[in-house]
Amino acid sequence: MSDSNYQTIVADYLGMTLQVDNLDNENQAYFAHCAAHNFHLQKCDDCGLIRYPVGTACAWCASGNFAWTPVEGKGTVHSYTEVAHAIQPAFKPYVPYMVLVVDLDTQKGAPTEHEALRVFGNLVTPDGVLAPPEAVAKVGIGSRVRMVFTDIVDGLAIPQWTWDQDAEQPGRPWRYPE
Amino acid sequence: MAQIDQLDPELGASLREKYAIVGVGETEYIRGSGTTTRAMAVRAVRNAMDDAGLEPGQVDGMLSYSGMDSTLSTFVSSDLGIRLNFYMDVLGGGSSSEALIGIAMGVIEAGMCETVAIFRSMNGHSQTRVGGTGARAVAPVVSEFLHQRSYGWQSPGQLFAPSFLRHMYDYGTTPEQVAHVKVAHSHHASNNPKALYNNRVTVDDVVGSRMICKPLHLLDCCVETDNATAIIVTSAARAKDCRQVPALIRGVVGRVSKPRADLHYQAGPISTVAGHYAAPRLWRNADVGPEDIDVTGSYDAFTFTTMLQLEDYGFCKKGEGGDYVSNGTIFLGGKRPNNTSGGHLCEGYTHGVSMVVENVRQLRHEADDSCPIGPDGKRQHTYDYSEGGCRQVKDAELSANLGWATPGTGSALVMRRGA
Repeated sequence: MSDSNYQTIVADYLGMTLQVDNLDNENQAYFAHCAAHNFHLQKCDDCGLIRYPVGTACAWCASGNFAWTPVEGKGTVHSYTEVAHAIQPAFKPYVPYMVLVVDLDTQKGAPTEHEALRVFGNLVTPDGVLAPPEAVAKVGIGSRVRMVFTDIVDGLAIPQWTWDQDAEQPGRPWRYPE
Repeated sequence: MAQIDQLDPELGASLREKYAIVGVGETEYIRGSGTTTRAMAVRAVRNAMDDAGLEPGQVDGMLSYSGMDSTLSTFVSSDLGIRLNFYMDVLGGGSSSEALIGIAMGVIEAGMCETVAIFRSMNGHSQTRVGGTGARAVAPVVSEFLHQRSYGWQSPGQLFAPSFLRHMYDYGTTPEQVAHVKVAHSHHASNNPKALYNNRVTVDDVVGSRMICKPLHLLDCCVETDNATAIIVTSAARAKDCRQVPALIRGVVGRVSKPRADLHYQAGPISTVAGHYAAPRLWRNADVGPEDIDVTGSYDAFTFTTMLQLEDYGFCKKGEGGDYVSNGTIFLGGKRPNNTSGGHLCEGYTHGVSMVVENVRQLRHEADDSCPIGPDGKRQHTYDYSEGGCRQVKDAELSANLGWATPGTGSALVMRRGA
């Protein structure tokens, strides 16, 4: 079969060209959910484990059978970096910006103690814009975050993280010593 | 699949010291080579052949690696008058040097060829910027990379930093401890006339330099360089006919990976790197342990990579890497110096080959420092490690190289001084 169910998406975001190829069925489905502001991941039909990021088969049992399943966008910052020197030119106005590695609450510690669905994203404002320095300064390892989306074009949004004002936050999250 | 505590003790033993590195060579470490990766690769391989005393007709295999930023074996071999019985140009970065040495042993063992030249040639400053600026920063973001680069998470430092910060969180490692890696390597580079940066720096210089991405300051990062490097591998039997004392290969491991090589952060602890998985196989293959090693070459794309690998290969206890790199051990004159050339942080960034080159010279007792050359053509090493002085490790017999691709993938090599 050479026909595709999808159209290639090409979009500009912060000076970068983001491209989701028409044959990239898994990423097309993933980002279509994101565009609707739903976070869906692939859940294995055979062993029941959810995986991130998008992939062809289950990382634990190798089954290719899966269903897209809604996953709650809540978690805890496992680690991060704070970029002072941007590589991509259009990120320069936003420094220091934060890249978060977030342990989802869903499936944390499974299938083994040190595993988690570690979902990446920037720290952003609730409306999906890279967070200002005063917001960056209060987030660190242990911070509770919730998922929001940055809309890029019709059919494409990327998941992001924002400080979860409704969650119980640590007294002082761990941050690189200043 | 064999678990790391269930290794067959016999595997690896049959090739122990059956192969050797007989020639090493490089071009100048420079910013602004003014020439092509092809021209540099030709010079580096020719230098390695001259070093070994090999004619073009005595080299019949070639291996190289790149990130789609370099020349190919087909061009380099022809420029050198080499007719190939085997060649392969592979994709890869810092875990490639040791891995390709293992591949060279394998193809010679299989009878596919007899002597293999391995090269890496890169205009890492003047063409494809290794740090990710320039062309790589504006390339379209597709497929798997949509989940990383879309977040301004692209350069090696940015991508590895969460592992480094998590090590600080898990073990209390401090930026000042890790800064000692740069300090040590800068001391070593000050005794290396080839080094791009040969000024000695202090801990305050490192932690006082501008932040790139936490926890990496400017001086925690390696230096983009234009350079080609080359290594020649052949059998220990053929090595006897070569010009130099051979560096015998006792054991090698290549691109050993943590679980989830697709994205290593999914399986923690993320402050543990691939060396944890590679170490038992390396030491089993080499039939020595970290305590036996005289000089290390732990990949220093960043100060933290050196520390993490020394720790996970067992040179100290897990979590004590900060102390190990800051207590004097890794300095020339210490118990086990690391990257005596100054490494990627100071000598120049080569994607790993230069660290093997340096350890080959250490095992020959021929580190090319400023010590006087005697009437026999050999350096008269003073073992005075003050600035501008000697950088030869006294009586070096065993070396270890620890290569790094990412926190999730690594390679390693143990060599012994031959007769």
